[in-house]
Amino acid sequence: MKVLVCISKTPDTTAKIAFTEGNTKFDENGVQWIINPYDEWYSLVRAIELKEKDANVTIHLVTVGAADAEPIIRKALALGGDEAIRVNNTSNDSMVVAQEIAAIAKEGTYDLILTGKETIDYNSASIGSMLCALLDQNYIAAATKLEIDGTKAIVTREIDGGEETAETNLPVIVSCQKGMAEQRIPNMRGIMAARTKPLKVVEASVQNATTSIQQFDLPAAKSGVKLIDPTQMDELVRLLKEEAKVI
Amino acid sequence: MVLIYIDQADQEVKKASLEAISYGAALAKQMGTHAEALILGTVKDDLAQLGKYGVTKVHQVANEILNHFDARVNATVTSEAVKLSGADVIVFAHNTNGKAIAPAVAVKLNAGIVTGASALPNTENGFVVTKTVFSGKAFASIKIETAIKVITINQNSFGVQSSEGTATLETLSVIVPTSSIKITSVNKVQGEIPLTEASLVVSGGRGLKGPENWGVLLDLAKALGASTACSRPVSDSDWRPHHEHVGQTGYQIAPNLYIAIGISGAIQHLAGVNRSKTIVVINKDPEAPFFKAADYGVVGDAFEVVPALTAAVLKSKASA
Repeated sequence: MKVLVCISKTPDTTAKIAFTEGNTKFDENGVQWIINPYDEWYSLVRAIELKEKDANVTIHLVTVGAADAEPIIRKALALGGDEAIRVNNTSNDSMVVAQEIAAIAKEGTYDLILTGKETIDYNSASIGSMLCALLDQNYIAAATKLEIDGTKAIVTREIDGGEETAETNLPVIVSCQKGMAEQRIPNMRGIMAARTKPLKVVEASVQNATTSIQQFDLPAAKSGVKLIDPTQMDELVRLLKEEAKVI
Repeated sequence: MVLIYIDQADQEVKKASLEAISYGAALAKQMGTHAEALILGTVKDDLAQLGKYGVTKVHQVANEILNHFDARVNATVTSEAVKLSGADVIVFAHNTNGKAIAPAVAVKLNAGIVTGASALPNTENGFVVTKTVFSGKAFASIKIETAIKVITINQNSFGVQSSEGTATLETLSVIVPTSSIKITSVNKVQGEIPLTEASLVVSGGRGLKGPENWGVLLDLAKALGASTACSRPVSDSDWRPHHEHVGQTGYQIAPNLYIAIGISGAIQHLAGVNRSKTIVVINKDPEAPFFKAADYGVVGDAFEVVPALTAAVLKSKASA
């Protein structure tokens, strides 16, 4: 079984969010980069778990981005990917990114394509769904469990107010979230092995962006917390009712 | 024309879709056009009543197969229906199903898409949609460059707005592809409002010290009619079920009121709740970072403050 895991480079969850060039560009100064947590903790680790159960599983990684994504690709290889492909396209338009990944997916004929449920930078949650249309394959979004039984995938996904489990034949695209797997740390043997694993660079083939970022803004600062004495809960209820008008 | 996709579950229209209609209708008005709706499958609701939220017509693909959600099938049928309707802006709720199909519909229509919109687009000079990025820590204004545009709107960011009106119904005949996804089981949390739809949420953290102490929080939630949530350490320790976890890697919610009890307010937790309209923080540590993100704060022992707040809520309700 061939698995394609889509990974994205994102700022660390604790990174300071600031912008430069007249608020049109994310300020990368001093930012630590990580594998998007949904891609790493859930999709990639679940793929590795499947490989540990079945030696016939191969894991390919794909990322769409500049050469500065290579440290996070090496980390993903150290965790347990077999080979990686980087598409040298710096677009931040989901449609462009999805088309680049679809081209790789068509060439590699994968049985299973995994993405995170969203990236923690642009929060678009779009790539899996776009691949569904581009590849005309089944797609199960926001999955919390994934088992493979022969040529069948058994997937549990989040629905509003609960969970739903479904079966489908491979190939299938699954976007992964919490519940799927537990976070891992690469070991020394993995880190050494990652240095010699193949990392292929493919030139960009899609250029036509459908969207463009005009500007970033930070949320207006809270006007400051209004502290209420612990003995004055009637006053807090009054404020929630009359001032905030939320109850 | 602006077309709003109506999401359904168990043959009932989702509340998130009523908000999407309100948003789509306001957008249509701003653009000098009108709004219509699209529903796949059959529902028990009186669809003409959706006119109250601002649509003049409801298109229905009344095939019962579509009552079971399959992203590939729904996206295919939706894009065919959009083509028949002639819409040039399509609005979805940014809920589980909306997120699963809106990007696929955008691909099929060669449309640009912005997911997670937080306000009406600016249509004065092009079509610029503001959305939350960096898990609510910033906003991005994104211009959609294509003729057809797709938007998903963040839940609880616009509100449901209704007035008078009824919609006409039109049945669309669209070929429905065969689904190859077989749903084998559904587990719903009974009797609770899904967290992402809740307008009032009471949430607890490690400050409550153990699952046996959750009674004070549950009493407050009951008095308010609120849903309950928790921080990541609490769900990781199995004090509370995983579906209550809000934060960067849990649910991202935007209720009208979020009451955080014994939660310090780590940046990853804030990423899941910072779109809440009003935040109340109850914590015995005056240095807890959450106070900086709060509207109202109470520095005190949760086991004294929360029962007092519950009593005050009940008293206020009794006198109303």
